[in-house]
This record gives sequence, structure tokens and C-alpha cells, in this order.
Amino acid sequence: MEMITGFLTSPMIIELIWTVAQILAVIVPLLIAVAYLTLAERRVIGLMQLRKGPNVVGPFGLFQPFADALKLLSKETILPSGASKAVFVIAPMLTFVLSLVAWAVIPFGEGMVIADVNVGILYLFAISSLGVYGVIMAGWASNSKYPFLGAMRSAAQMISYEVSLGLVIITVIMAAGSLNLSDIVMAQKDMWFFIPLFPMFVIFFISTLAETNRAPFDLPEGESELVAGYFVEYSSMSFALFFLGEYANMILMSGMTTTLFLGGWLPPFDWPILYLIPGPIWFALKVALVLFVFLWVRATTPRYRYDQLMRLGWKIFLPFTLIFVVLTGGVLLGFGLLPQ
Amino acid sequence: MIAPLFFYLFAFMTVVSGLMVILARNPVHSVLFLILSFFNSAGLFVLLGAEFLAMLLVVVYVGAVAVLFLFVVMMLDINIDEMRQGFRQHLPLGLVVGLILIVELLMIFTQDLSTDNVLATNLSNDISNTAMIGQVLYTEYLLNFQVAGLILLVAMIGAITLTMRHREGVKRQNISEQNSRTRDETVQIVSVDSHVAPKVLDDSRAANKRLQ
Repeated sequence: MEMITGFLTSPMIIELIWTVAQILAVIVPLLIAVAYLTLAERRVIGLMQLRKGPNVVGPFGLFQPFADALKLLSKETILPSGASKAVFVIAPMLTFVLSLVAWAVIPFGEGMVIADVNVGILYLFAISSLGVYGVIMAGWASNSKYPFLGAMRSAAQMISYEVSLGLVIITVIMAAGSLNLSDIVMAQKDMWFFIPLFPMFVIFFISTLAETNRAPFDLPEGESELVAGYFVEYSSMSFALFFLGEYANMILMSGMTTTLFLGGWLPPFDWPILYLIPGPIWFALKVALVLFVFLWVRATTPRYRYDQLMRLGWKIFLPFTLIFVVLTGGVLLGFGLLPQ
Repeated sequence: MIAPLFFYLFAFMTVVSGLMVILARNPVHSVLFLILSFFNSAGLFVLLGAEFLAMLLVVVYVGAVAVLFLFVVMMLDINIDEMRQGFRQHLPLGLVVGLILIVELLMIFTQDLSTDNVLATNLSNDISNTAMIGQVLYTEYLLNFQVAGLILLVAMIGAITLTMRHREGVKRQNISEQNSRTRDETVQIVSVDSHVAPKVLDDSRAANKRLQ
């Protein structure tokens, strides 16, 4: 008995339990947010298109996500006979895991971050660039033409927009003088970065739309031509994992936009009274605002044609961000604004 | 205690996935194992305290190079039986190349691998390793860095000139031309008399032809 209590109170085990508790404290609210984002999307788009959206299951349709989850769970998991089985099974898990692990470095409040690594923003960028593998593996392993075409489109699209995303991040890093996300937020104490770097903010947001395969860049799953793109062959829980992964990625990208441009957990004005509201609530409010724009864009814009998408990424965003990187560097140096 | 455990995990996975790259029968699986091995090497970098290099490895190799690689391999229609046909015939040559490589590697390992040259610059713990790399890269190795960039540029331009062909008869969108069109030169309002419709249609067709 003593051995067991001794083992349970040893520093390593306590640290382990603490870490797991921290992870759960991030992931459980995140998954609830994902569930309600699916509902919010259908309600918001419904209202924008003068429909009601799902409003029957529970008050205001609040139990709809759980009804959907139950329905998906009760369906049969189908493995196509021509599929490359291991890759087919791993792909949705990879998508889902990658959308969760990135949250380790996002700061929710002052010091409220699971891993305060000093290359936090690079870690975020690296993880978001891995997201393409879930899609490409699913498309290839399904051994069917629609998923394959969807995966090809997605791979090309995500790589193209990563370039401008990276360059936008460089301007933010230059303005903040650090790769650590908490430092980047603190550097916005006087002025949120979306004011001085407004063009970059717009480009960043559009690139995140492309990076998460959302409308108007949802060609990888363009239902009018590719049925549902890369997850045509998936059913039941493996489909649900893709679905959850996509929405978790949306929230992650909104979190990234919030941290880089909208001052993270900081209140909009530097007034003491606003600090009474805790940081995570400010953070959540800003993320919700960005997510609303995601839904708004989906409800109001038509889908891009593929060559237009590529043209926008390579011929407009890339040169523009490149020039802006040089410009930002020049302005910071010339006016002596470089962060120390 | 946890760090060595992770070292063995990453090192083991790197070696195993490296082996699987050449042992896997399916080329796409090979590429996926290659990606896994890159990823585990990034883990090893993190354990060494070189987070910046680790992240760059993931961003550049896993996030960009390997995706293009996978892209190409997936498009190839590779018949494995056909590939194995010349196996016996090419075996001696392969063995010779492998032997040379092993001898070279042994020659390197038997040399004195002192780290004096590598760690010549002052390493202070006050600044992050990102800043350290920047300070060395943009001062001491500036010329090498620029030359490397130029070589990449030349390679890029070469690849573009080799593959870019303008085919005749392909319809392209010219957005500035589209936007500069005015209403007058594209739309024509014709009052149509329903009894003599054919003649008016002919007129508008002729008008369209003139515009083109």
C-alpha cells in the first residue's frame, strides 16, 4: 500500500497527471466547440439564406451535433476491397491528431499554454503544413478516381497557399521580434498587428481559407464535380474523424489569426477594467468572431475555378507578400521600430 | 529519465522506417516511410536542443519536398513485377556500388571526428538558437548563403524553361482584358420584330462577327 502511495506521489507521476489534466482542459472544450461549430455553421448559413437550419432536436437545435454523432457511430465502417488498408485507416486518424496536437503551443492567457516553446510559431506552421498528408493519403488509399482527384487538387492548393502564409508569418515575426507565441501576443499590447499589417491580415485570412479547404476554395471536395472529394469512400467513424479534423482545423486557424493579428488573450483596449474578464474569454470571443467570418464567406461566395485559385496564390499573393516583407523590414529599420 | 526513452524511440523509428523505405514493395509506402523517418529525425533534433532546425526539417522536407515527391510517385503507374525483372542482372553492379559506399562510410567513421571545428563560434545560453543561427548565417557565411540561393534560382529557372511550352489553340483567361471590356462593345440591344425574326438574327450575328 505504501509503495503504491509512494509511487503515486512521486514527482514524475504528479507531473504526468498534471500534463494530462492540462491536455484534457484544452481538448475537451475544443471538441465541444467543434460539435457546436457544425451546428453554428448550419444555423448561420440557414439564416443568411432565409432558411431556419436544424432547429428541431432540443431547444434551438442544440442537441443536433449529438444526434449526428450517434447516427454516424451506428453506421457500418466500410473498407473498399481495392483500398490500401493500413494507409486508408491511418489517414483519418492522422488528420484528426494533427488538428489537435497544434493546440499545444497556443497561449490562452498569460502563461496559460501547455508547451511554451521558443519556436512556437514555426511549430504551428509545421503542423499545419502536415495536414495535407491526411488528405493525400486518404485520396490515394481509396483507390478510386474521385478521391484521387480531390487529393491531387488539395495537395497542390495547400502547398501553394502555404508559401504566402509563411511570408505573412515572417512579417509578424519581424514586427514582434520573437518566434514565441506568448511574446508575439505581448508585443501587441499597444496596438494589435492587424492595424499596421492590415494587408497581411487579409491575405493571411484568405490563405487560411485555402489551407483548411473551405469555401470559396473548397475544390478538393467540390461536390458538384467530385462527389465529396477525398473522403468519398469513407463512412461512419472514419468519416466523422475527417469531419472533426476539418472543423478543429478551422478553429485552429482562427486561433492562429487571433494570436498573430488580433492580440490573442489581450482585451481590445488597455483599460484596467477590461482585465477583469479573464484572457481565455477574450481569446474565445475573438476566435468566434473569426469563425463567424469563415461561415459568412461560405454562405456568400461562389467556388473558385482551379486556375483562378492557382493564379491568386502564385501571381498575386506571393509577389505581394514578398514585397510587403521587404517593405516591413525597411520601415521597421528606417524608423527604428525594430523590437529589441 | 524521459529524454533517453524518447531518444531510443525516435532513433529506433528512424532506423526502422529508413529500412522500410527500401524494403516496402509499394513505392508510395516507401515515400510514406521516408516521411516518417524525416519526422523522427526532427524529434532527434528537438532532443539535441536544436528546435529551430527540427521545425525547419518538418516545414521544408516533410511539409513541402516530400509532398511533391509523393505527388509524383502517386502519379506514376509502377508495375512492381516488371521492376523486379532485371533484379538478378543488375545485382552485381548494385553490390559494387553498395560496397563502395560502405567502405567510404567506414573511412569517415575511423577518422577522428572531433567537434572542435563545429563548435568554434561562441555559444552563449542567453540567446535562442534561432538567433544564433541567424547571427552566423548572415555574417560569416553570407557569401555561401547567397551562392546557395543563386544555385537554387538557376535550378528553378532551368526547370521552368524545360517544362514550359505554349501550345497553340489553348483558351486562356486574360483577366485584365475581361475587365477592360465596356458595355458598348459587348452588348447590343436590338428591337426584335417577332414576324421577321430570321433577318434580325442574321444582323446580330454579323454584328458579333465584326466585334470578334
